[in-house]
Amino acid sequence: MSTDLSETVRCMTEGLQFHFDVDGDNFTSAGQASVQVKKNLRQLGIPPETIRRVSIAMYEGEINMVIHAGGGTADVYVNESSIVIVLDDTGPGIPNIEQAMQEGFSTAPDTIRSLGFGAGMGLPNMKRYTDEMQIESTVGVGTKITMKVNL
Amino acid sequence: MKISQIKELLDAQVVCGEENLSKHVYSACGSDMMSDVLAYVKDQAVLLTGLVNAQVVRTAEMMDMICIVFVRSKQPTKEMIELAKEQGLVLLTTKKRMYEACGKLYVNGLVGNGEMHD
Repeated sequence: MSTDLSETVRCMTEGLQFHFDVDGDNFTSAGQASVQVKKNLRQLGIPPETIRRVSIAMYEGEINMVIHAGGGTADVYVNESSIVIVLDDTGPGIPNIEQAMQEGFSTAPDTIRSLGFGAGMGLPNMKRYTDEMQIESTVGVGTKITMKVNL
Repeated sequence: MKISQIKELLDAQVVCGEENLSKHVYSACGSDMMSDVLAYVKDQAVLLTGLVNAQVVRTAEMMDMICIVFVRSKQPTKEMIELAKEQGLVLLTTKKRMYEACGKLYVNGLVGNGEMHD
């Protein structure tokens, strides 16, 4: 998690990039970007298991952005060796990343739980399904999550 | 087990995906928490749930599932049906409650993920 992925992201700009604006006002539309990425990766002939890992990790991140940060941006970079997902928001930030990474820890309101999310599995899942994950977060400024899945 | 058999065992109605009822499925899971489905489910093709919102369909799509069974007579929304049609998902709805619906499928050979890998 402490791995610096900024160099990787710089290299990735030479490959394919998909950019999405994630609408923070509409829980119903959350996940649209992940569905699109899944389609794009299928067209590129990426192995199904890799596609599943990428799309689940991105979907969890997208849901998190909608629940906690009022939306943000999602960028996916694809090259020959890996897929990198960068999720950027200007939400409230994560005060204690270590605590947030614990399975079951959640600050989601009951309204979100009643929709089937907010069980404190989002960030742990994102880590579980990716090979590398880095969280940069400043309270009151926002959060940037970079995840890498090797091909 | 064919999806058409699930329909019969649960006395379920087909909401959409009639053309895919002949597809075979080998395992299922039941949950109202999509977070748990995303965390623990692997290779299950069928989701049984009492939860009704668009994220149920998206979660199934993310997990490569091909059939969702809504228990307790829950009816998916128009938007959910449209999303499911786009993905080629079968949506079923049954009057049975979660416990009974899962039990019926389980005793007829549709196992959970654990048994598949024993």
